[in-house]
Amino acid sequence: MNKQITVTVNGTQQTLEVEPRTLLVHMIREILNLTGTHIGCDTTSCGACTILMDDKSVKSCTVLAVQANGKSITTIEGVSTEGAMNPLQEGFKENHGLHCGFCTPGMIMRATELLVNNPNPTEDEIRWGISGNLCRCTGYNNIVKAILYASAKMRGVPTASTEPEFV
Amino acid sequence: MKRKEDVRFLHGKGHYVDDIKLPGMLYMDIVRSPYAYAKIKKIDIEAALKVPGVVTVVTGKDLEKYNLHWMPTLMSDTQMVLPTDTVMYQSQEVAAVIATSRYAARDGREAVKVEYEPMKPLMDPYKSLEPGSPVLRTDKPNKKDNHIWHWEAGDKEKTEKVFASADVVVKQEMYIPRIHVVSIETCGCVADYDKVNNHLTMYMTTQAPHAIRTVIALVAGHVGLTEEKIRVVSPDIGGGFGGKVPVYPGYVIAIAVSFLTGVPVKWIEDRSENLQADSFARDYHITAEMAGTKEGKILATRFKVLCDHGYTDAAANPSKFPTGLFSIATGSYDYDTAYMEADAVYTNKPPGGVAYRCSFRVTEAVHAIERITDRFALEIGKDPAKVRMENFIKKEDFPWKSPTGWIYDSGDYHAGLKKVMEVVGYDALRKEQAEKRAKGELMGIGLSTFTEIVGAGPSKDFDILGIKMFDSAEIRVHPTGKAIARFGTKSQGQGHETTYAQIIAEVLGIPAENIQVEEGDTDTAPYGLGTYASRSTPTAGAAAAVAAKKLVDKARKIAAYLLEVSEDDLEWEPGKFSVKGAPEKTKTIQEIVFAAYTNHPQGMEAGFEATHYYDPPNLTFPSGAYICIVDIDKETGGIHVRRFVAIDDCGNIINPMIVQGQVHGGLTQGIAPAMYEELIYDDDGNMLNGTLMDYLVPTAVESPKWETGHTVTPSPHHPIGAKGVGESPTVGAPPAIANAIIDALSPYGIKHLDIPITPYKVWKALKEKGAI
Repeated sequence: MNKQITVTVNGTQQTLEVEPRTLLVHMIREILNLTGTHIGCDTTSCGACTILMDDKSVKSCTVLAVQANGKSITTIEGVSTEGAMNPLQEGFKENHGLHCGFCTPGMIMRATELLVNNPNPTEDEIRWGISGNLCRCTGYNNIVKAILYASAKMRGVPTASTEPEFV
Repeated sequence: MKRKEDVRFLHGKGHYVDDIKLPGMLYMDIVRSPYAYAKIKKIDIEAALKVPGVVTVVTGKDLEKYNLHWMPTLMSDTQMVLPTDTVMYQSQEVAAVIATSRYAARDGREAVKVEYEPMKPLMDPYKSLEPGSPVLRTDKPNKKDNHIWHWEAGDKEKTEKVFASADVVVKQEMYIPRIHVVSIETCGCVADYDKVNNHLTMYMTTQAPHAIRTVIALVAGHVGLTEEKIRVVSPDIGGGFGGKVPVYPGYVIAIAVSFLTGVPVKWIEDRSENLQADSFARDYHITAEMAGTKEGKILATRFKVLCDHGYTDAAANPSKFPTGLFSIATGSYDYDTAYMEADAVYTNKPPGGVAYRCSFRVTEAVHAIERITDRFALEIGKDPAKVRMENFIKKEDFPWKSPTGWIYDSGDYHAGLKKVMEVVGYDALRKEQAEKRAKGELMGIGLSTFTEIVGAGPSKDFDILGIKMFDSAEIRVHPTGKAIARFGTKSQGQGHETTYAQIIAEVLGIPAENIQVEEGDTDTAPYGLGTYASRSTPTAGAAAAVAAKKLVDKARKIAAYLLEVSEDDLEWEPGKFSVKGAPEKTKTIQEIVFAAYTNHPQGMEAGFEATHYYDPPNLTFPSGAYICIVDIDKETGGIHVRRFVAIDDCGNIINPMIVQGQVHGGLTQGIAPAMYEELIYDDDGNMLNGTLMDYLVPTAVESPKWETGHTVTPSPHHPIGAKGVGESPTVGAPPAIANAIIDALSPYGIKHLDIPITPYKVWKALKEKGAI
């Protein structure tokens, strides 16, 4: 028996029909056709599906679509303003924070809440803060660098050099 | 230069295979065997067919009608697509459910009832080789055992003589367990067969689209799918690492169903299936030996390997190299005697192995040589850095012929080790270690000085299923001076859209921003063997440079015509020709290209394009010197990586930022098997850690803050002196970490531990030696 739900998606209110068992990530990808949110596992381990629900980062593979009823969700497609990159997106680009791009939307959504709660995090706090998001390509160094860059930008202080540092 | 491809990924506009939705598309889910070895008594699909949304269920018997139930592997063995009577590994594909939605397909899968008659699986490769063991491959007529092949390299008698007379001989058994690539995107496809036009478009997570197209034509040509009727499209891929090279049964079943129904069929595996059924990596049981003098000179090495291939040899090696490039195991040291042999065996495990970010088996080879070198140093009581420094091949001795016949192109191993030792402050660290040891504290320093071998490969020795391993570039410049370049390789995150543009820009002088790079569509890209084994820069990168040079040659002719001088009167700098002695008389490359379409010399072919298929004259030999420092908690066995410095030499560097990124990523995939990852089976053939809850992929917490640097010894035979780097860190890191941990424990008589070295293994070893 399908359920009707109302969800605000990237700022626009939508009314949708879903099965009770439909996962939020499938609602986002298949019904809303927002394919920037990805699926990387089946045990809530990888974080590729991370989005914001009422401003909290959640793994949308472990949320039922019906749980989003009456709530507001933000996906990667909703973070930039009129196509211009936000500080996190810019940070990832300038610091080579992505290779294949598959974990990237999830990383950015997680980092979004992280920086709201902790606008000036240390490197360790960032590493713990993104430990629910797996990346197989980058080795994490530059993801941390990207988030530090975004943090500086958002606080209005000079960002560190984006040139690679070699010993 | 920052990456051109990032924009789409950052906006969530990457185009991965699961993003593809075609009208009328059906979804496929696969029923898998819970048993590692069993006879199939009955497959009951009646209940499944009644599930709303289920369209059909396909079994081995259905595929048998079209002779599609078995297929060749890349190593010319055979593999089941769907079984008709026996399953050979846990999670093997048994039936496929096709439905109108993803969820209905899963419902249908749950409703299929299979009756099995379980048999006792062969899980131990040593047992599998024992005479009298049940023969697993009963599908092979006349097969009387589970032995697949035997391989040898080097000089057996000469090696025996040297070992017999050497002062010091060390021997060490080492097991390199099965691991999985775990790219964050799993494997999948959309098979779209058009019945009216007899044309198949296969959207697929593949690192080698052209090779796959040819394989499909070989397997399905007899039903009318000949090669010109097949288009393979590799869209954006979320990580490959070698795991997206093999042809998995899921792909073939999807093609078969689409072919029979004329409707697109999507198959996306979930993570559990990916871990439990896809081709694994490593699984080598190695006996390593080194002979030397008591002063520390290495005289010879000897290696014996048992290769566990699961139920079929579905490795992705060049055909003449069943153990890949394992014969690089002689390492970075100057000695002339070595012998190695390997035997491969069938077991009831998933087939493989893939070349997981290791060129081809180079991870196994480097682990063996770097561990046995440390064992040798420990045996003679000499500092492992000294042993290495005194045995390195000298810079001036390159090109250098190894005891197993490789011609190493160039290297400066002394400079690399010297640099990394300076950066970490090696002597001070050894002092610190001595002080800590006096207090009973555990601190370890581990080295890895490796020679990699990549860029497969020269046509005289290298082929996959007979197809030579050249690669290609096709460059076409438009009238307004912008270009499109297509390649036979396929990036899965390595940044080709940026680096290939940079190579062409450097030769031709058109800005990299103006060069569009494309890969992955077999209808338009020139034929190539794909991206794995760090081969793109050495092969397709070289092809780009040569093709761009052909364009410079054409440009010269046009410039001479436009400037009304002879070609010899012209001087070239990337971007423009000028007249010698009259530097104000120039033509830019853009003006020249425009003329190629509007004002070309009579008799010359119009247009401005060049293609090159590059057959590398040799492999390239990147190298590296890594040092890892660990502190170990004696009470818990907890291992803390204090510092890890990697000095890599990949020849000339095209994009330093991308090279560093590759090193970071490879190092994390190197610490993973060293400390966290292994696929574990029990005696009944159950995989005990087949989900990401139990298979420990490093997070940002486990992954150290890598420090990287480089030395540069260009490859003398590569057009731009570059060597490739993507896999060096995955190859070089595990022995550095293992050596560090074992170094920390060596005061207690612990000489070796197999990776992954976990706190439990450390604690157990210390307890056994009475240290705690």
